Amino acid sequence: MKYSIGKQFKEGIITNNPTFVQLLGMCPTLATTTSVINALGMGAAVTVVLMFSNLFISLVRKIVPKQIRIASYIVIISGFVTAVELIIKAFFPAIDASLGLFIPLIVVNCIILARAEAFASKNPPIPSMIDGISMGIGFTMALTCIAFVREFIGTGGILAAADGTGGLKILGSWYPGASIFLLPSGAFLTLGFIIALVQKISNTKAEKARLAKITAEDAERKEKAV
Amino acid sequence: MSNIFLIMFGAILTENFIFSRFYGCCPFLGVSDKPSTALGMGMAVTFVMTLSSAATYAVYYLLLEPFGLEYLKTIAFILVIASLVQFIEMFLKKYIPSLYSALGIYLPLITTNCAVLGAALVNIQDQNSFVESVVFGFSAALGFTMAITVFAGVRAKMQLSDPPKSFRGFPILLIAASLAAMAFSGFSGMKF
Repeated sequence: MKYSIGKQFKEGIITNNPTFVQLLGMCPTLATTTSVINALGMGAAVTVVLMFSNLFISLVRKIVPKQIRIASYIVIISGFVTAVELIIKAFFPAIDASLGLFIPLIVVNCIILARAEAFASKNPPIPSMIDGISMGIGFTMALTCIAFVREFIGTGGILAAADGTGGLKILGSWYPGASIFLLPSGAFLTLGFIIALVQKISNTKAEKARLAKITAEDAERKEKAV
Repeated sequence: MSNIFLIMFGAILTENFIFSRFYGCCPFLGVSDKPSTALGMGMAVTFVMTLSSAATYAVYYLLLEPFGLEYLKTIAFILVIASLVQFIEMFLKKYIPSLYSALGIYLPLITTNCAVLGAALVNIQDQNSFVESVVFGFSAALGFTMAITVFAGVRAKMQLSDPPKSFRGFPILLIAASLAAMAFSGFSGMKF
């Protein structure tokens, strides 16, 4: 198989997006998307962990016996999660306060274990690292997308800091904010509608491809008849 | 005593693991297709979470804290939970085969269920005592079981409905979960 970085990025961000297509890692997706800043913080943390864990798992993939691979992956992942947690605590205390326990819970995020098992355990280090970065970016973009909808409808502005101050007020003070979008039920609702939109787009694409195929076959048949 | 009651009430209703804290959403959306499977998963989680709350309490206060290794708690807890799940699986297989045949298939999934690690971390964060930790683990798992079983019932009804094509499958599920979460957010007014 020919190796291409561009293809790998396209895979992670669009065609095989971890959140919208693979439907992995729902807990942080629902919990940390109350504001765009939170979503970016969570996405960055996951991307860093994913990049390093994929790299190291790929490096040790030939040494670790098959039976204990999951346990050793979890130890590698939790090592990096602890490092990221300490860095965030030290340099971004506001993000740490608003993300709370979801930073340590990256350990049990299915995206990371899924990429370790499906990609890093079978591929050389550099492509594995790139896979980690592209999946991480795909996850971050999905999170930001959900958070944008929730924050915009919920407060009428975006990019407010973790403590609710600052940010861009897009709608004026006449807009009271639909706070249901900041509550848990708003998270389920927004994600449901966005995934429905993604399915709609892929359905339309599949339908178009099917129609194009039928017309092409038709034309061929006509040509043969002539 | 009233403290224990408050912890139970909070963990089951006002701060339900799925509908307000979002711990354990993966199994919630994954195995809630039939009430019986949901109940099996819920029971397995309850079993593991109660024991793991006790085990992680012991590990944190007897091992990590005296040596100043609190920052290693994530690694330590995930290992404790993983080995506990393995141990429970072997124990049940040997001594209580009937329970093993009921819960067996759900047990390996629990290691990566964020509700179990979440409960352990919440206990440390809230500085719960040993009894409080165990009660919290047990009642949070009960809340999880209740949510997942009730939702499985909703899902069974939903199979008869006919949503638009783009909403079939996962999206309509999330929207139903949103309505369920809205109902649960009614409890959040009950602050003590």
